[in-house]
Amino acid sequence: MAKHVIAAVADFPPETRKLIDVNGRKIVVFNVKGEYFALFNRCPHEGGSLFHGKLTGLVESDDPGTYKYSREGEIIRCPWHSWEFDVRTGKSWCDPNRVKVRNYNVKVEPGATLVEGPYVAETFPVTVENDYVVIDV
Amino acid sequence: MTELTAIDCDIHPAVPNMQALTPYLPPVWNDAVENRGIESLDTMSYPPNAPLSGRADWRAASGAAGQSLDQLRRDALDHWNVSYAICNCLYGVQLVFNADMAVAFTTALNDWVTKEWLDREPRLRASIVVPLQSVEDAVAEIERHASDPRFVQILVLAMGEAPLGRRQYWPIYEAAQKHQLPIGIHAGSSYRHPLTSLGWPSYFLEDYVSQSQGFQAQVSSMICEGVFVKYPELKVVLIESGISWVPGFLWRLGKFWRGVRAEVPWIDRPPAEIFRDHFRLTTQPFDAPDDPDAAARLIDHLRSDELLLFSSDYPHWQFDGDEVMPSNIPASLRRKIMVDNPLATYPRLAQSLS
Repeated sequence: MAKHVIAAVADFPPETRKLIDVNGRKIVVFNVKGEYFALFNRCPHEGGSLFHGKLTGLVESDDPGTYKYSREGEIIRCPWHSWEFDVRTGKSWCDPNRVKVRNYNVKVEPGATLVEGPYVAETFPVTVENDYVVIDV
Repeated sequence: MTELTAIDCDIHPAVPNMQALTPYLPPVWNDAVENRGIESLDTMSYPPNAPLSGRADWRAASGAAGQSLDQLRRDALDHWNVSYAICNCLYGVQLVFNADMAVAFTTALNDWVTKEWLDREPRLRASIVVPLQSVEDAVAEIERHASDPRFVQILVLAMGEAPLGRRQYWPIYEAAQKHQLPIGIHAGSSYRHPLTSLGWPSYFLEDYVSQSQGFQAQVSSMICEGVFVKYPELKVVLIESGISWVPGFLWRLGKFWRGVRAEVPWIDRPPAEIFRDHFRLTTQPFDAPDDPDAAARLIDHLRSDELLLFSSDYPHWQFDGDEVMPSNIPASLRRKIMVDNPLATYPRLAQSLS
């Protein structure tokens, strides 16, 4: 596992997403209301690009005809067959234990830490003044 | 309790004509039958002279099939050593548009089967035919017979006015669950709509074959509308539905559920699991290849040995000779299909034996 700097926080605002390539691995990173989530960009069903999917809420029900809508923006639907995945865990809704997409730890770190630490990304310019989105891959 | 040999989950006592029902009709409807010249409610689902409607060697000299209790005893109950048989009366009460008339005819039909069949033969049980033309009256009809343990099921047709999952029908399921009465869905149509979604077919062959499409639509309607979330104890028996369409249909239903399950969020597990928990199927007609290996593979695809219920479909002509239990059904399943599964499906039948 190594840390990779994806972007400056200022360049990755809420309700946007980025498709990144880490050592040839395509990863989609979402900013949902200020929280970052990263998933392998390949639906485990047939390989659709989750980067191109729609983020929705979680629809649940205890009783026919009633709807509970929660966790807005935290469910990614594959653009190919609409299977739903939880951006926090990568688990599918329909078969959470068997069908899941790999997820990655992603967080915000201050530039000062990155400049000092052993984690500096090879190509991304990092300055002490800014905060950065960093992924463990 | 004597050793049970077989429980036949689908036989068809036939109403000879409207005259047979008149003793059970209120005077106003008796009068209407006579004044309007209503002679019969036979429908084109089972035209009386069609080969399917009555096996040749079971027809009386008059050509009638299924009208004689003595003949039923001789050809079916005694001949196959049947312990109990469930009467499903197919008479076109479901086709009547006037709801009041439909209720009167249905009530008469249930009283007729009680007096003419159940009271005369202790091995017989019956389904309560309900008039879906009026859900309120259908519930009343269920309640009217609920105290008679010989009624073990509620009977509706595969193709009616609206899909059976619709909430307008839920009071019927409420009563069904309360009284431990499975909903029996039998092949047949009230002819409110074309038999296929493409329009009317030309031939009887198409009519009968298209029944499985009706069954499929009913299964998906009842599952998707959440009937079994609301009524978790409810059982549904698909009668004379055929069986070979089930695995492919369930695969398709489950596949597309995964993509659009958010529109039916109360369905929180694969539809095939719901099907296996709530649906049962009668064995005649067993529309599988003769090859026992192929038939065994089909049954494997159902992924449960609890789904099939023995039926003869007497007097319908589904088999020749004594092939009442299809020989391509694995021997290891026979006891379950003939006794255990019917007892588990019809708790009122099981309770009436103890």
